[in-house]
Amino acid sequence: MTVKTATGAPAPLPAERALRAKQGFWAWLNKRLPVDAFIRSQVTEYYAPKNFNVWYYFGSLALAVLVLQLVTGIFLTMFYKPGELTSFDSVEYIMREVDYGWLIRYLHSTGASAFFIVVYLHMFRAFLYGSYRAPREMTWLLGMLVYLALMAEAFMGYVLPWGNMSYWGAQVIVNLFGTIPVIGPGLVEWIRGDYAIADATLNRFFALHVAAIPLGLLLLVALHLTALHETGSNNPDGIEIKAKLGADGHPLDGIPFHPYYTVKDLVGVGVFFVLFAIVVFFVPTLGGLFIETPNFEPANPLSTPLEIHPVWYFTPYYAILRAVPNQRMGALLLLLSVAVFLFLPWLDRSPVKSVRYRGWMSRSALALFALSFVVLGFLGLQPAQGLYVVLARIFTAIYFAFFLLMPIYTRLDPVKPVPDRVTYHAH
Amino acid sequence: MADHAVVAEGDVDLSRRKFLTQATIATGAVGAAFAAVPFIESWSPSEGARAQGAPITVDLSKVEPGQMVTPVWRKQPVYVVRRTPDMLARVAGHDGALKDPTSEYSEQPQYAKNPLRSRTPEFLVLIGICTHLGCLPKQRFSAGELYPSWPGGFFCPCHGSRFDLAGRVFDGSPASVNLRIPPYSYPNPATLIVGEDEKGAAT
Repeated sequence: MTVKTATGAPAPLPAERALRAKQGFWAWLNKRLPVDAFIRSQVTEYYAPKNFNVWYYFGSLALAVLVLQLVTGIFLTMFYKPGELTSFDSVEYIMREVDYGWLIRYLHSTGASAFFIVVYLHMFRAFLYGSYRAPREMTWLLGMLVYLALMAEAFMGYVLPWGNMSYWGAQVIVNLFGTIPVIGPGLVEWIRGDYAIADATLNRFFALHVAAIPLGLLLLVALHLTALHETGSNNPDGIEIKAKLGADGHPLDGIPFHPYYTVKDLVGVGVFFVLFAIVVFFVPTLGGLFIETPNFEPANPLSTPLEIHPVWYFTPYYAILRAVPNQRMGALLLLLSVAVFLFLPWLDRSPVKSVRYRGWMSRSALALFALSFVVLGFLGLQPAQGLYVVLARIFTAIYFAFFLLMPIYTRLDPVKPVPDRVTYHAH
Repeated sequence: MADHAVVAEGDVDLSRRKFLTQATIATGAVGAAFAAVPFIESWSPSEGARAQGAPITVDLSKVEPGQMVTPVWRKQPVYVVRRTPDMLARVAGHDGALKDPTSEYSEQPQYAKNPLRSRTPEFLVLIGICTHLGCLPKQRFSAGELYPSWPGGFFCPCHGSRFDLAGRVFDGSPASVNLRIPPYSYPNPATLIVGEDEKGAAT
C-alpha cells in the first residue's frame, strides 16, 4: 500500500519494500535492464497536469485502438490470401467459414474508422489548447507523421479485400502520382508493377500494410511519446505546470500519471469499447460509411462503380481535390491541405495557447475550420456536380484561409489574461 | 607496440582524421545507393506482366456504325468507336469550348494528332481511362444527352470530366488533357492492332 502525501506525491517506500528492492530477482534484473527506473520516470513519477478534461482521453484511446488493430490484423493475416484471384474469396471465407472470423474482421474494419475518429478528436484537442505550440513542436510533428503513416496504412488496407471500390479507389489514389511533372507516368507504373492496378500491386500493398508501415508506425508512436514525456503534457489552460514547482521539486499542479491517469484512461477505454461494440455488432458497415456497398462486389477493371469516393476519413481531402478544375493543381492542393498541418506551430502567433483565453478572432477561425473540415468530409461523399462543387470551393477557401491568415488574426486577437495556476475544482 | 601513453593534443593529425571519416561516409553512401537498386527495380513490371502487355488484334468487321467495342489491352479498356458521318460532323464546331483542341499537350501518336484524332476518320481508338484520375468514362454519344448543347462524347461519372467524340476534353472538366491514344495500325481494313504500329510494339 502506498501512502500519499498532501501534494499527491507517493511517500517514500516502506522499509520492507526498500529492503526487498535491494536484493533478489528485481535487483538482479534492474542491474541489467533499467525497468524500475523506466517505470518511475515514465509512469509512477511522471507528472501530468491535474486539470485534464474529457479531450485528454483520445491519446490513450488511440493507443488502445492501435493494439486492437495489431491483434486483429495479425489474426486476419492467418486466413487472408493476397492475390487477384484469392483476396476477395478469402475475405468471404473469413466472414462465413472461419469461426468468429466475421467478428475479427469487423473489429478490424470498424477499428480503422475508430482510429481516425479518435485521432481527429485528438488533433482537435491540440487545436483547442495550443498543444502544438513551443516547446511541443516535435510532439506535434511526430504526431503528424503518425497520422500520415496511418493514412497510408488505411489506404492500403482498404485495397486488400479486392472489392470494386478497393480497386477503383486504388486506381484514383495511385494515379495522383501521375500528375507529378516528368517522372509521374513512370512512377505510377513502378508503384503498380503493371500497366494497371493488378496482382503485383495487391501483393506489395499487403506487404506494406502488414509489415513495413506497422513497424514505422510503432517507431513513430514511441518517438511521439518520448517527445511528449520530455516536455510534459500541455493542459486545457495552456500554461506550463513546470514553471511552478513544489518543495519536493514536482510541479504543484501535477499528479503522477500512475495511478491517477491510468485509472482515468481505463474508464475512457471502457466507455469507448461499449460504443465500439455497438457498431461492431449492430451496424458494422454503418450504412456504407465504414465499408462501402460497392466493395461487396469483386474488383472489376472494366466497370467503374457509379460514384467513386474513398472511405469517410479521407473525404475532406478528396473534396478539396475535386474542387479544383485542373488536375495537377487539384493534386497539389490535396498535398498542401495535409502538409499545412506541419507548419501549424509556426503559423500561430497568439501570446496565449488555450482557446479559453483567446479572443473572438481565433475562436471564430477555429470554429469555421472545424465546420469546413466536416462539410468537406460530407461533400467528398457526394457526386461532384452543381451546388456541391460550388460549396466545396467555398469551404476549401475557408480551410486554407484558417492556416494562411493565422499569423495575422492570432496577433490581432484580443486575448484574456492567463491565470498563474491551472483552473481546477476538486471532485 | 605496447606504448599506451596519452597522445599529446598537437600530435593528432585532425585533417587526416577528418579525411578518413569523410571518405568512409562517402564510400558507405555509394554502397548504400547501389544496394538500393535491386530493391527499387524489383517493383518494376515483371517479365510476365510485360509479356501480357503484347499487342492485341480486333476484328473491325463486327463493329456496327455508331457502335463502340471495348477490347482490353494491358489491362486497360480500349474504346474503339465506329463513327457515323453524323457523329463525325459533331466533332467540329466546338473548338472554343475545348482545353486542348489541337491535341498539343495530349498523348497520342503523330498520325492521330489531327482534328478527328484518328488514322482514318471512321474509327476512333482511345485508352478508355479518364486522364483525370483513371476512371472509365461512359459513352454519351447522342447529341443533347447531357445538356442541350452537348455534341455527344464521353462523360466520366467520377469527377465529371467531359470529352467529345474525338476524345478531346471540354473546358470545366477536372481532366486537363485529351483521352490518350495508344499506338495502333491496320494490317488490312477490317483488322485493328492495338499496341503496335510501323515503329514496332509499344514499350
